[in-house]
Formats: sequence, structure tokens, C-alpha cells
Amino acid sequence: MSIFINKDTKLIVQGITGKEGSFHAKSCQEYGTKLVGGVTPKKGGEKILGVDVFNTVKEAVKETNPNTSMIFVPARFAANAITEAAEAGIKLIVCITEGIPVYDMMEAKRAVKSNGARLIGPNCPGLITPEECKVGIMPSNIHKKGTVGVVSRSGTLTYEAVYQLTQLGIGQSTCIGIGGDPIIGTSFTDVLEAFQNDPETNAVCMIGEIGGSAEEEAAEYIKSNVTKPVVSFIAGLSAPEGKRMGHAGAIISGGKGTAQSKMKSLTDAGVIVCQNPANLGITIKNIINS
Amino acid sequence: MKIHEYQAKDLFKKYGINVPSSILCDSKEKIKQCIEQINPPCVIKAQVHSGARGKAGGVKLAHNFDEALKIADEILGMELTSKQAGTKKVNKILIENAVDIDKELYLSLTFDRANEAIAMIISNQGGMDIEETAKIAPEKIYTELIKDNFNPLQTVKKLGYDDEINTQIVSVVNSLYELLKEKDALLVEINPLVITKQKKVIALDAKINFDDNALFRHEDILALKDEKEENPFELQAQKDGLNYIKLDGTIGCMVNGAGLAMATMDIIGLAGKKAANFLDVGGGASSEKIEKAFKLLISDENLEAVFINIFGGILRCDFLAEGVKNAIHSLNINVPVIVRMEGTNKDAGADILNNSGLKFTVVNNLNEAIEVIKNL
Repeated sequence: MSIFINKDTKLIVQGITGKEGSFHAKSCQEYGTKLVGGVTPKKGGEKILGVDVFNTVKEAVKETNPNTSMIFVPARFAANAITEAAEAGIKLIVCITEGIPVYDMMEAKRAVKSNGARLIGPNCPGLITPEECKVGIMPSNIHKKGTVGVVSRSGTLTYEAVYQLTQLGIGQSTCIGIGGDPIIGTSFTDVLEAFQNDPETNAVCMIGEIGGSAEEEAAEYIKSNVTKPVVSFIAGLSAPEGKRMGHAGAIISGGKGTAQSKMKSLTDAGVIVCQNPANLGITIKNIINS
Repeated sequence: MKIHEYQAKDLFKKYGINVPSSILCDSKEKIKQCIEQINPPCVIKAQVHSGARGKAGGVKLAHNFDEALKIADEILGMELTSKQAGTKKVNKILIENAVDIDKELYLSLTFDRANEAIAMIISNQGGMDIEETAKIAPEKIYTELIKDNFNPLQTVKKLGYDDEINTQIVSVVNSLYELLKEKDALLVEINPLVITKQKKVIALDAKINFDDNALFRHEDILALKDEKEENPFELQAQKDGLNYIKLDGTIGCMVNGAGLAMATMDIIGLAGKKAANFLDVGGGASSEKIEKAFKLLISDENLEAVFINIFGGILRCDFLAEGVKNAIHSLNINVPVIVRMEGTNKDAGADILNNSGLKFTVVNNLNEAIEVIKNL
């Protein structure tokens, strides 16, 4: 088993005819993901990667019956693309796009909620269930099927952790990048709940960073709900206050959102917090083997 | 994006919020002429992007004409130092009519991240830092999340003023909300919002922060950007399309991905050093971009070494190595360069660097990198 995506996932890609969209749609398809269609306004009727392109998500849903959509639409249109997918009945929406205005996201998230959908991202690398299904932009070859769930706010830092695990012979159940923006669809807590309920996940690797309070909330959740071991790293211990560290959401403001606070909350909740990201893989290995 | 107080007050005026009459002065020659137009007593305020300007000596009251001349001359051109913004030169001052203050309030509308909503924050304790008030008198701060049927009056009433004042405050709140939504502001703050002895509500200060990601639809706001307020390194980086932040350490770093870039700074910390910068070159960095990034890094005089930390996923290591080699070759770099590459075509990348005839220290993993940096 796995969480959110598996070999039965049927995927459409919004923005499939663009450079990024087509490149990554192809990579997902090559990994084994069932790509059933794509959406680009005004390009309906074309074909790409052996599937049909539609003008709207609604048409794509009617003709191809997908349950998941991956979004590569430019930032200024991406929030509308999320809303469109939610309203068309897509249950899992994965938005890769970076740079969506905050107030646009506030509205899009409302649409996601009211339509009972799940959004992952935006500003994220997507997710992968190794050797079954990939809905994202991560390098495929570093992953290996197994029992460690990986969840992170960052892209490359997720790859880093996954690579360490795979090098040590430890596979992953599902790896999810939840995104680096202030408003994201799926939180650490949501993913932890799913991993806790997934019989094939035995341990969780959680990678956080400065800004906001998602890690502190996750710590609260872990304390009373998660029985599986959780190993964590928080990026940004050396980051200055008031500066946005690359991700729109990675900012310490008014003394809040520091790495110290997050590390303390997680440690208090029984999570093993690594000071050095180079030790994530080995720490998890030792826990699994003990 | 931040703007100056005088720019924020211009926006306030457009949205019907009262501000004191004022004049902006940007040269010593114009001081006298400006003060003649504003009858003292007046307040002279340094226009820099910094909090706590008062504490830093950048805001002063002048009781008469001569005092105004003296203070204006003092503040214009001064170096203003604050904890958060560092030291900044004052290039502009705002000369403003003093008002008869009876009460000082705090009012802001801000994007509340934890609740993913806009929050109104209002307090009787104006004039001081809201974070300070939150510590010493949290019961004096009223916060309301703005929902569909937003009615600020109920919260405003809690402050205990009469209807005439309440109506004016509500009108300010409504104007701020309109401004916030129309211009994609993440924070609009008035501290203090004053009630004068003549029972008029006036914004004595004005602070607005805008959502950088929404600037594409607000050319008027983008035009308010003051490049002199930016760190020169960061300004250059923006022009080169690099995600860069200047820091005060000695190890320059170049990384792909924001999370890994932050983690790299932390790793440098574990080695007992400090990063000179944050730099995320992104997933698809071209060799031209890498060269630009290098130029920027080595223009820092305090640099002790450069640490390149790349996780090659979509970005191939051999391709990156080629870019780094060319950049270093053409730039004549003489500080040690430590390279850690992981992922796709890692060995081919290492070969390119090792056979380049240039001095690189190629490390195999992050722990090795820590050792090398420790022993610099």
C-alpha cells in the first residue's frame, strides 16, 4: 500500500502542452503512471504523448475519467486552474507551480475544501509511490520501494533524504513534497495521519523548515496520534530573521517560526531530530533495525 | 515588497484615510523652502525601510522654525541604524504638521498565516511595537478574522470610544481593507492611529508590505520600489534572476533548491563557520547563470571559500561541472572551492573537475564537506 497515489491512479496534466508540463508528464508516464489526458485552453483536439488534449478540465473528466490532476499552469493562472479542477470533481490536485499570489490561493483553497478535494502544493515537487506511480518532478531513479514515508516542505532536500535512504538499501512507501508556500493544501499533520493509517509505512522522515507553525502543529498531532517512529530535520537554523529564504513561506517574523522552536516542539513530542541533514538516512536505518 | 511611509500615506489619501499635511524633502538645499511651506511645530521623519525609526533618532518633533531647520539638517543624510534593517543612509525626509494628540491607537490588517485569513488587529496601546504590547498587555489587543460578513464596529466598540470616533475608526478599517484587497498587500499598519483633541482620527504613521508574487498585476505599486533600500548584492542578483540573500559570514555557497540551500548554511554552521550568503540557482541553471552566480559570490571581500552543494536530479552533475569549470577559469578565482555533487552523472562530473587543472576540493558527502570547511 501507499498513500494518495498508486498503480490505479489516473492522471491528467493541466498545462500539458507547455515546456515544463510536457517534459514532466512524459517522465511520469515513463515511470508507469497512467496518463489519461491533458488540458490546455485553446489546444483542445490536439494529441500529446499519446493522449488527448482538452480545453477544460470538465471535458477531460467527462472523456477520460481521471482522479488526479497535476498542474503546471503559470503562476498568474494557477489558482484558477486549481479551482477549475476542484469544481470538475478531481479528488487529488497536485500543483507544482511556484509564485501564486497569497489571496488567489486563499480563494482556491476554499474551492478545494467545498468540493471535497485534496490539494498538494502549490510550490512543491509533487509525490511518488516508488515503482508504482509518480505525480511530480522528482528524479525517478533515486527512489526505491519500501516502508519509509517521506514528507517535506522542500524539493531538493527531499531528494537528499530519499537518496540517502536508497543508498543504505532502505525503500520508501510514498514521498511527498507538500510545498514551500504560506498557504498549502495538505499539511504535515494530514500526511502524518495518512502514514499512520497506512499499514505498509513503518517509519516517517519529516523535513521542515523555518516559517509558520506547521511543524509545531505536527508535533502536537504526533504526541497523541502517531505511534510510528518519526525522524526529522528542520532547515534554517542559521537563517536570519525577516528574510524570505527562497520559499515564500520560509521566513522568521516577529520572533516566530524559528528552527529552534520547531526542533524543540518535535523533540518534546518524541521525534528524533537530526542536527545534521547528512545523518537522516543512517538515523532512520538504525531505528528500523532496532 | 516594502514602500516608504510617504508613499503609503499617498495611498492612504487615495483611499480616504486622513493623514497630516506634509512635504517630502530630498536635498539639503530644499530644507528651508520645505519648512516654510509647513508651519512648525512639525515632525521630521527619516524615510527609510526600517522599524523603530524613532528609537534610532530618525523621528523628531520641532517646536519652531529654527529648530526644524536644525533637525532636518541633522536627519537628512544621517546613517540610521536599527536591529532589523542594519545601517541605512537617510536620503529623504518627510516634514509633517504636528497634530494635537489625545489618544494613540494601533491598527493593522494582515494576512494571518496560521488561520489562512485576513486579520484585523486593533489596540488602545498605540505608538509602541505591537509585539511588545502582546508581551506585556495581551488583553489590550483585539484580533478579529475577517469573514464574509465582516463588521468591524463590534470590535471597535470594545475600545470604549463614543459613536463619533467609532464611525471614523470603522471607516479607516474599511478603507484599509479595500486597499489591502485591491493592491494585494499582506500588511497595512497604522501605528499610531491617533485621535486628536479636535476628535479627528488621523494616521500618523503608515506601513504597507505587498505580496511580491502579485506585483505582476500592480505596475503602480512596482513603480514605488526604491532600489537604494536594497542590498547592492541582492539587487544585482535580482537583475541576474538569482535567488540570493546576503549574509554576514565568510563561506560563499551555491546550491540548487531553497531547502537544500538553507540546509547548506546550517551545515556550514556545524563546521563552526558562517555562510556569506543564501543562493538557490534553481533546478535548470545554465552555465551562464552559474557564471553570474560566481561573479556575485566572489565580489564579496570577506570570502574565505566557496562551497558548491548540488543535488543533481534533473540538473545533471556533468553539465554543472562544465559550467563551474568555465566560470572559475574565466573569473580567476583564488579562494578554495569545495564541491559536493550528488545524483545523476556524479562521477562524470567529478572527473571533469578533477581533470580541469584548477584547484577544487571534491567531497563525496556532506559530512566530508563539514570536515573540509572546519579545517580551512
